Amino acid sequence: MAASPAYGEEKGGSSSLGEPEYGHDPASGGIFSSDYKRHDDLKEMLDSNKDSLKLEAMKRIVAMIARGKNASDLFPAVVKNVACKNIEVKKLVYVYLVRYAEEQQDLALLSISTFQRGLKDPNQLIRASALRVLSSIRVPIIVPIMMLAIKEAASDMSPYVRKTAAHAIPKLYSLDSDQKDQLIEVIEKLLADKTTLVAGSVVMAFEEVCPERIDLIHKNYRKLCNLLIDVEEWGQVVIINMLTRYARTQFLSPNQNESLLEESTEKAFYGSEEEDTKDAKAEAASLAKRKPYVMDPDHRLLLRNTKPLLQSRNAAVVMAVAQLYFHLAPKAEVGVIAKALVRLLRSHSEVQYVVLQNVATMSIKRRGMFEPYLKSFYIRSTDPTQIKILKLEVLTNLANETNISTILREFQTYIRSMDKDFVAATIQAIGRCATNIGKVRDTCLNGLVQLLSNRDELVVAESVVVIKKLLQMQPAQHSEIIKHMAKLTDNIQVPMARASILWLIGEYCEHVPKIAPDVLRKMAKSFTNEEDIVKLQVINLAAKLYLTNSKQSKLLTQYVLNLAKYDQNYDIRDRARFIRQLIVPTEKSGALNKYAKKLFLAQKPAPILESSFKDRDHFQLGSLSHLLNAKAVGYQELPNWPDEAPDPSVRNVEVPEWTKCTSREKRKEKVEKPFYSDSEGESGPTESADSEPESSSEESGSSSSSGSSSSSSEEEEEEGSGEQSEEKEEEEKRTKRKEKEGSRKAALGSVASEEEEGARKAKKKVSQGKKSHTETSSEEATASESSSSGSDSGSEGDAKQKKPLSSRAGPKEISLLDLDDFTPPPPQPVPSSNIISTSLVTDLEGLTLTDTSLAPTLLSPAFGTVRTYELLHRMAGEGLSVEYCFSRRPFPGDPHMVAVQIQISNNTDTEVKSLRVSEPKLLSGMRIQEFPEIECLAPSDTASVVMGIDFCDSTQAANFQLCTHTRHFYVSIQPPVGELMAPVFMSENEFKKEQGKLMGMSEIMEKLTLSEKCRSDHAIVQQVTSAANVGRVPCGADNEYRFAAKTVTSGSLVLVTLERRQGAAAQLTVNSEKMVIGTMLVKDIVQALAQ
Amino acid sequence: MRSCGARSRPAAVVAGVIARTPLLGLSGAVVSGSPNQSARCPTPPGKGRGRGRGSRCRCARGGRGSGRRGGPRCAGAAGRARRVSPPAAVMIHSLFLINASGDIFLEKHWKSVVSRSVCDYFFEAQERASEAENVPPVIPTPHHYLLSVYRHKIFFVAVIQSEVPPLFVIEFLHRVVDTFQDYFGVCSEVMIKDNVVVVYEVLEEMLDNGFPLATESNILKELIKPPTILRTVVNTITGSTNVGDQLPTGQLSVVPWRRTGVKYTNNEAYFDVIEEIDAIIDKSGSTITAEIQGVIDACVKLTGMPDLTLSFMNPRLLDDVSFHPCVRFKRWESERILSFIPPDGNFRLLSYHVSAQNLVAIPVYVKHNISFRDGSSLGRFEITVGPKQTMGKTIEGVMVTSQMPKGVLNMTLTPSQGTHTFDPVTKLLSWDVGKINPQKLPSLKGSMSLQAGTSKPDENPTINLQFKIQQLAISGLKVNRLDMYGEKYKPFKGIKYMTKAGKFQVRT
Repeated sequence: MAASPAYGEEKGGSSSLGEPEYGHDPASGGIFSSDYKRHDDLKEMLDSNKDSLKLEAMKRIVAMIARGKNASDLFPAVVKNVACKNIEVKKLVYVYLVRYAEEQQDLALLSISTFQRGLKDPNQLIRASALRVLSSIRVPIIVPIMMLAIKEAASDMSPYVRKTAAHAIPKLYSLDSDQKDQLIEVIEKLLADKTTLVAGSVVMAFEEVCPERIDLIHKNYRKLCNLLIDVEEWGQVVIINMLTRYARTQFLSPNQNESLLEESTEKAFYGSEEEDTKDAKAEAASLAKRKPYVMDPDHRLLLRNTKPLLQSRNAAVVMAVAQLYFHLAPKAEVGVIAKALVRLLRSHSEVQYVVLQNVATMSIKRRGMFEPYLKSFYIRSTDPTQIKILKLEVLTNLANETNISTILREFQTYIRSMDKDFVAATIQAIGRCATNIGKVRDTCLNGLVQLLSNRDELVVAESVVVIKKLLQMQPAQHSEIIKHMAKLTDNIQVPMARASILWLIGEYCEHVPKIAPDVLRKMAKSFTNEEDIVKLQVINLAAKLYLTNSKQSKLLTQYVLNLAKYDQNYDIRDRARFIRQLIVPTEKSGALNKYAKKLFLAQKPAPILESSFKDRDHFQLGSLSHLLNAKAVGYQELPNWPDEAPDPSVRNVEVPEWTKCTSREKRKEKVEKPFYSDSEGESGPTESADSEPESSSEESGSSSSSGSSSSSSEEEEEEGSGEQSEEKEEEEKRTKRKEKEGSRKAALGSVASEEEEGARKAKKKVSQGKKSHTETSSEEATASESSSSGSDSGSEGDAKQKKPLSSRAGPKEISLLDLDDFTPPPPQPVPSSNIISTSLVTDLEGLTLTDTSLAPTLLSPAFGTVRTYELLHRMAGEGLSVEYCFSRRPFPGDPHMVAVQIQISNNTDTEVKSLRVSEPKLLSGMRIQEFPEIECLAPSDTASVVMGIDFCDSTQAANFQLCTHTRHFYVSIQPPVGELMAPVFMSENEFKKEQGKLMGMSEIMEKLTLSEKCRSDHAIVQQVTSAANVGRVPCGADNEYRFAAKTVTSGSLVLVTLERRQGAAAQLTVNSEKMVIGTMLVKDIVQALAQ
Repeated sequence: MRSCGARSRPAAVVAGVIARTPLLGLSGAVVSGSPNQSARCPTPPGKGRGRGRGSRCRCARGGRGSGRRGGPRCAGAAGRARRVSPPAAVMIHSLFLINASGDIFLEKHWKSVVSRSVCDYFFEAQERASEAENVPPVIPTPHHYLLSVYRHKIFFVAVIQSEVPPLFVIEFLHRVVDTFQDYFGVCSEVMIKDNVVVVYEVLEEMLDNGFPLATESNILKELIKPPTILRTVVNTITGSTNVGDQLPTGQLSVVPWRRTGVKYTNNEAYFDVIEEIDAIIDKSGSTITAEIQGVIDACVKLTGMPDLTLSFMNPRLLDDVSFHPCVRFKRWESERILSFIPPDGNFRLLSYHVSAQNLVAIPVYVKHNISFRDGSSLGRFEITVGPKQTMGKTIEGVMVTSQMPKGVLNMTLTPSQGTHTFDPVTKLLSWDVGKINPQKLPSLKGSMSLQAGTSKPDENPTINLQFKIQQLAISGLKVNRLDMYGEKYKPFKGIKYMTKAGKFQVRT
C-alpha cells in the first residue's frame, strides 16, 4: 500500500550507499507500517545530512503527493531542507512547499528568506525560480513581500525574470485582489516591454487582472501586433484573443456596407478562393463609394500580422486566428481561415471536436467559406459518434441547391450505419435539408417514408417525428403520404411510430376523411393490446374524429373511451374521463364543451428545424462559452462594433523619437530575416547581459541590425501583393500622415519617413541602377531578386541598392554563410573574416547594464535632433536644392561607411533627369558609395536617398559632382567629427578598463562651464549625443556621464567622460587613440554644452 | 527511530521560533489578512464523494476530499466577500490521470487543491458514452470545467475554473502526452507510475500557475534529464540525479527550441517524407474523397548551431502547410524554401496537405463480395486486395480490418496468404496480409454464421485498409537538396520517402 514497488527499487539504490538503518528498513515501505511509522522514517531520512537520503525521502514524498496521499505532517521536516545545496532536493522541496504551504502557513514562512535571498542572486535563472516559487506559495501574509518582489523583478534587466514577474501577477491577484491597483501599474510597465518573451505572459496577466482596462493597450497595440509572430505559441493565443476584443472596441465594422447585401450575393462573395477575392474587392470598392469606409491601418496591421499564424502547428493558435478573422475581417477575407481549419480536422479527435463546433457556427453565417471543402466533412465509419454528429451538422449547414444531391447520396450511406445514434442524427439532418431546400423536399420525404419500415425503433421513431414536422409545413399537399402512413399501421410495430402516425391522422383527418375512421376502427379493435403511448394517441384520434366527423365515429369513440375507462393505466383512464367530459355534450358539462374543437384542432405551428448552432456566434468563437453554448465563468463578452470609431491617435506612440525612427528605417531594409529574429533584435543586448556568451548565437549578430518592425513590415509588403489596391491606399495615407508629421528638417523621425518615401520613389527608378549592380553583387543580388515576389515596395529597392556594397566589402563572409537573410554586421573594432566570431564580439560589447540597453547594439541612432547641412543651395543649384544629414544608422552595405542621407528637392518647374553622383575626388583611402541614379524628379518633388562615405576617420571633405542631365555641380560633404563614430555599449567596468588603456597621450581634458540650459541630466545627455554619435555608458556616480563610441572606419574606441563639478563647472575627458578626433570632439562637445 | 524523532523535535521548535521573528517583521497591516483564511467555504464544489464508485472510494481514502481539503479550493469561488469579483483565473488548475478502469493514478495541482471528487462528473460522462472516445472532451460541472483527452488508454483530465479557449487546454494536454512519450519512449500507465517523480517534475516545469511555461522538449530535457537505463545505473553508483545540474540556458536563447552546446561525433540529419492517403472508396470502387496528408519528420543530430535549408523540386504541390516554429516563414512565403535552425533530435518539421485539385492516385483496390441472405443463418464473405497505380513499388504491410455487424456470430475464413483473426466479442475481423504479390493476389474467402432468427443487417461492414509503400511519395513530392550553413563539418544527410494509408475506407 505504502510505497509502490517502483520505489522499492530506488530504495535499493540508496541502501547500497551503506546506510542500512534507513534504507533497508522494511517498515519504511512495507505494507505493515502504519502511516505514522512510515512518516517517521521519512523524517529521519530528511534530517540526515546525506543528500542521497534526503533525495530519496523527497522522491517518495513527491510520489505520495502525486498519488493524492496526504503528506502534510512532514511539513516541518521538509521545509528545513529548502536551503539544501543539492539542486534536485531543492526542486522537490519547492514542489512540496507549493503544494502544502497554504495549509501550514506559519511554518511556510520559514522558507521565505531563502527565496528573498534568491531574488538577489546574480544568476537570472535563480532569480526567476525564486520569484516563481515565492509567488506560488499561497500565504496571504507574504503579500507585501510578493508585491515588492514582483515590482523589483518587473524592472529586472533579464527578460526571463520579467516574464516570471508577469506570471506572478495573477498569482498575487488571486491571493489578494486589493493589490489590483498596484498590480495594474506593474502590468502597465511590463506591457511596454519590448521583448517577445514577456509579451505573452504580461497579456495573460492583463487578461486576468484588468481586462477592462483596454486603455492600457493603446500604446502597445502596434508593438504587440508586430511582435506577435515571434511570441511563444501559448502567448500568441492569449494575445490574439485579447486583440480581438480590443479591435472590436476600437475599429469600425469592416462589413457595415455589406450588411445591406443579401445572403445570395454573399455566396458569390466568398467562393473563397484567391481569385474570387478580387471580384469581391471590386465589389467592396464599389460599395465603399456608396458609403465610404476606410479600414483603420491598425486594423489592417492586426489582420496582416495574424495571418501567417494560420500556419502554426498549434491548433489553439490556428483557432485563435480563425476566430479573429471571423469576428474582425471584412467578409471577403474571412475565407482564408477555412483551409487552416480543415487542416485541423486531421488532428486528434478532441481537437476535431472543438474545431467542428466552431466550423458549424461559422458555416451558418458564412456558408461559402467551407463549400470547397465539403468532402473533408464526409464521415468515416471509424469516427467517434460525437464527431460524426458534428460533421453531419456541418454538412447540413453547407447543403444548398447545387450540392444537395451529393449530400443526400452521402446521407443514404450513413442511414445504413450500425451506429444508431448517428442514424437518428442523419434522419434529423435530412429533415433539415428538406425544410431548407424546397427542391428536395419530396425526395426526402419519400426517402423518410421508406425508413418507416426500418426495423430499428430509433430510426422509425426519428423518421416519423421528422416526417411529422415536414408534413406540418404543408399538410394539404401530402395527403398521399398521410394515407401511406395510415396503411403502415398494419405493419409497423414500433409503438412510438404508431403513436406518431395516429397523431398525424388525427391532426389532418380532414385531409383523409375516408381513411381516418377506418384507422380508428382498426385501432379500436386492437386497443387492448397496444402500448400505452399508442392508446393515448388512439383516444386522441377518436376525440378529434368525434369533433370533425361525429356521424361516422361517434360509436367508435364511445367504445374506445369505454375501453380506456377500464384500462390498467391510470393515465389512460384519466385521459379518457377528461376527454369524454370535454367532447361529449352533457348537461353538466360547462363552457369548455363549446370550445372543444378549438382546443383539439387548433392550428399548430410548424416546428422550425434549424441548426442548434444558430446564433451561437454571439459568443466569441473558440471560447469555452461558445463550446458549451453557455456563459462560462470569467467570460469576456465580445463587444459590438462601435458606431463611431474612437480616436485612432491614441495608439500613436510618441515616446522617444529614435524608436520610431529605427522602426521606420528598418522597414526600409528589406532584408530577409529569420522570422524569429525580432526577439533577439529587441532583447539581444539585455539578454546577453547576464547569460553566457553561447546563448547569443550568430543570429543575434545578424539581427542586431534588424528589428521587430523590420520583419513585420516586410510582411506587410509581401502581403500587399495580394491586395495592392489597399496597399496603395494605405501608402497614400501613410505618406499623408507623414507629411503632417512634420517639417522635413529637424526631427529625425520625419527625416526617416521622408527617406522612406523617397526610397519608394527611388525604387520606381531603381531598375537601371539595379542592373548595374547586379554584376558586382553576385549571390546577394540573385537572392534578393528571387525573393522579390512581385510585391516589392520601396524597401526592397532600397535593399537592393545597398546590398551590392556588402558583397564588395566582404565577399568572403557572404559566401561563407550564403544566407540572404543575413545583414552585414555593424562596424567592427577588428575586421574579421568570420561573421560568427565578429557578431559574437558585437554581442559581447552589448553587455550592458543601462536602461538604454534596450536599444540594439551599435544600431540605434542616438536621440536628439539631427542637424541638416546644405549641400547645394537653391540659387547655386539653379532651382535644385540638396541637403544632407547624417542619419546615424550603419550604412547597410558597408560597416565602414557613414550613411549620409541626401534630400534633393526640385524647385524648378521642369523635370530633372538622371540625377547621379560622378567623379568623386577623394583623398586616398576614402571611398564613396553613390546612391542609385534618380531617373526623374518631377517639379516641386523631393527625393531622399542614402549614400555611404568612408571618411577614413578624418574630417576631410568628400568632394564629388552631382550631375543632372544638363548640369554638373561640384559639391562636398564634410563630416563633423561626431559623425565619424558609432555608439557602442559597454559596462562600467569595461569602460574603466578601456579608459585605463587610453591614458597619457590619448587622453584629452578640458574644463568647461555648463550653459544655463544644460544643467539637467537629460539636457546634458541630449547635447552630447547630438554633438557626437556616441552611446551612453552606465555610471555609478551621480555627477558623471560616460559615453562610448567607435570610429566607423578603424573601429578605435572613443570614450567620453563628463564630470560635473560644483555649480556649472564641469570637466570633459576624451580618451581616444586618434588624437585628432579626440581633440576635435572635445571642442565640439564643449561648444555644445557651453553655448 | 526514537532517536530520530527526538532529533527532529528541536528542529521544529527552532522552526517555531524563527517563524515568529519574520512574522512580526512583516505583519503590520498584513495581519488583518490572516483571519480570513478561516472564513473560507468548506463545502466541496462537486457533489461530494458519496456517489463515488467503489474503485474511487479506495483512492479517496488517502485523506482526500475531506472538508479541510475542500477549503482552500473554494477560496476563489465563494471565499471572502471582497474577493468575489475576480474569478480565480488560472488556465489549468489541476490535472488528473485516469486509467481505463477508472482509477486516478496521478494528480497534479498548479494552484489550490481540487478534490478528486470533481472527477465523478467525468466518470458519469464516461459511463454514458459507449466508448472511451465518445466521452465529450469538455464537461461542465457546477464549479469547474473538465477538459480531457484520451490517449494511450489514459484519460488526461484538466480541471479549469473559468473561460479559456478549449483548444488551448486540449492542445496543451496533447503536448504533455507527446512529452511523456518523448521522455519514456512509451506513454503508458505503468511507465508513468514507474517514473512518477520525473513526471511530476516535468509537469511542474511545463506549467506555471496554470499557464504553459516550457513546452519545448529540448528545454525540458535540459531541465530534467530523461531517465535512461545507463543513467539509472550511473545515478545509483555516483548518487547523481536526473535533474540537470547546470541551469538551462535554452529558455533564454534566441532559438528556444534548440539546446545549447550540442556535440556529436557523427553528424547526421535524416528526413522522412511520409504521406498518408485518406480516402473513402464507395461500393463500386470509385473514389468519393481522397486526399494526401504529408509530414516531414526529421531526426537531426548535428553539432553546434547548424542552419539548414531544404528545398523541393516541386514545392507548389504543397497546398497547405504548417511548420515547426523553427521554420522561417518569410523565406517559405517568398522562395518556397524551408530554412531553419533545427531542434536537436526528433521533431516534425512540416506537415502539409496536397491540394485537392490534384487527382490522388489510389495504390490499391479491394474487390469484395459480402452478402447476407434473409432468413438464412449463413452469409458469404470474400475479399481480394490488389495493386493499382503503385509506380512499380511493392505494397507492404497490408492489413485489413472490418467491424462486422452485431448479428455475426462467427466467421470461417481461409486466407490465401497472411493470418486472420475474428473476435466474436467485439466482432472485429482483422487480416494481416503482408506484401501484395501482383501475380497472386491475396484473398480471404469463407462464410459467416449469423445469429439465428435475426434478419439480415442493414449495412455491410466497412473495410479499413492499412498499407505501406516504401521509397515513394505518392504525391510526387521530391526533396531537391539540403544544405547546411553556419558549421564547418560535413554532415551525413539522408532522405526517405514513404506512403501509408491514413484513414482509408472501402464501403461495401
